[in-house]
Amino acid sequence: MSMSNPMIESSQEFHEINYENVKKKQRAKTFTKGMVFLLPSIVLFGTFLFYPLFKTMYLSFFLTNARGETTVYVGLQNYIEMFTSPIFHQSMKSTFLFVLYTVPTTIIIALSLAVIANEKLKGIGFFRTIFSSTMGISVAAASVFWLYMFHPSIGFLNRILELFGVESIGWLTDPKWALLAVAVTTIWMNLGFTFLVLLGGLQSIDSYLYESADIDGAGYFYKLRRITIPMLSPTLFFVITVTIINAFQTFGQIDILTQGGPQNSTNLIVYSIYREAFSNYQFGTASAQAIVLFTIILIMTIIQFKIGERKVHYQ
Amino acid sequence: MTMPISKKVLFYFLLSISALIVFAPALMAFAMSFMDNKDIMTGSLPQSLSFDNYVKAFEQFPLLKYLFNSLIVSVVITIGQLVLSSLAAYAFVFLEFKGRDLLFFLFIATMMVPFEASIIPNFHIIRDLNWIDQYPGLTVPFFATAFGTFLLRQNFKQIPKELREASQIVGMGDFKFYIKVVLPVAKTSLVTLGAYGFLTSWNMYLWPLLSTTNDTVRTVQIGLKQLQTQEQLNDWGVIMSGAIIVIIPTLILLFLGQKQLQKGLTEGAIK
Repeated sequence: MSMSNPMIESSQEFHEINYENVKKKQRAKTFTKGMVFLLPSIVLFGTFLFYPLFKTMYLSFFLTNARGETTVYVGLQNYIEMFTSPIFHQSMKSTFLFVLYTVPTTIIIALSLAVIANEKLKGIGFFRTIFSSTMGISVAAASVFWLYMFHPSIGFLNRILELFGVESIGWLTDPKWALLAVAVTTIWMNLGFTFLVLLGGLQSIDSYLYESADIDGAGYFYKLRRITIPMLSPTLFFVITVTIINAFQTFGQIDILTQGGPQNSTNLIVYSIYREAFSNYQFGTASAQAIVLFTIILIMTIIQFKIGERKVHYQ
Repeated sequence: MTMPISKKVLFYFLLSISALIVFAPALMAFAMSFMDNKDIMTGSLPQSLSFDNYVKAFEQFPLLKYLFNSLIVSVVITIGQLVLSSLAAYAFVFLEFKGRDLLFFLFIATMMVPFEASIIPNFHIIRDLNWIDQYPGLTVPFFATAFGTFLLRQNFKQIPKELREASQIVGMGDFKFYIKVVLPVAKTSLVTLGAYGFLTSWNMYLWPLLSTTNDTVRTVQIGLKQLQTQEQLNDWGVIMSGAIIVIIPTLILLFLGQKQLQKGLTEGAIK
């Protein structure tokens, strides 16, 4: 659909013969104008997103020196090594386990909070602020808070265990617990954002649905199951994919809480890339891992677009 | 409709318990930041409260410098994002030109590329530009955002096309229309996006960790990590006071803009 342009119309009146020419000029002009408005974004996306992406693919087929310059072309060798490396297996296993630990729990807790915070009660604003507060807490600060909570001797959690006479747990030093501890930190951090989005979704549900259910004498949980959850499905779907993608990108918590340990049990993929590239200077293998991360996120985003398109049935 | 008292009590009970649990880690950190180390170690209730930890944190670490750096970085990124995404959104809504749909698809495609997957070449780019330990290295890569562009595009679309047509009749150019009409009309969305941009830039971790090697431009998040790893005596009070200082600006921003952010995020979510 082209916008009706008064400039074209007036020139058409006076220069009937040059109509085509003017139109062409006009088109070139709007194109240039469009590019001027978009150029800053395009240049930056090109420099810091698309070029690095292709460069990462390129690097993944090479060995590099410590400065990151390619030295030897090795074909798929980096990928073969990666997929046969037990450390990478561990990393992938931990990453997927981590997603499994964090995503459903975050959604369920945030949804429960959003449901109780959606009631029209006096002072509800205060509770909403508290529930969304973790969104304003940075990964570094949150990790430091939980570093204390998990502290082996003075930490809050072990103090509680002590109170009940249970033996203290090495939350961050025991390979059995470390990933769970990082997951708990992450769930807490993500609650604020997830809560806020879900609350927004709840508030956009038309109240007449509830009113007519009330007339039919429907109970609280019936309404929750039959109205709230189905109507919330687009928002739920959005937060699920965002939480999954975030989980795959986890870095800061690991860096402060465990540095990938103990026994690589918390060496999640981004941390693994970071370590391979910036401690071991193996930019080739690190790039191969980055491509794996990219592929996972790509698939998640495509699913989000495809299903999201179908499911969003309003606006 | 009013709720029966019993139900009200139940809801307040649930709300209070949840609020206490959710806020507990932050509350404990807040309390610890005013306690002396002996009380923290023995786990007793604070015998005395003081600002000593805060004084120590500022004396032993260049916290003010870190805070200043974070402020500069966050403000610059926020402004950059607002300018670039509003320009791009304007083009997508008000300008008709060949290749626009292709470019729009390109913007969508950027959402599929996680920054974490391209940090290696990005680090090399910044290094080759001599931008390590420089403000541009910390800010420029984050100016262009697809999220911001989509959010503003959504908002600009609500501006009636007739308004643009009328402005064309009086001979108003696109740039003037963008400045004089579109930006003022979209003020609330710009504020929302700005708050969100500030929040996320203030809290950035991985990139500042990579692109700073000394204190000149190091942000407060990395400063907090330094504080935590270098604090020899394991002085939790000082560490917590540092953490509290780090979160105060973003918490204030969140408390002020919670409603706006919620609306903006929901709009972004539903697109």
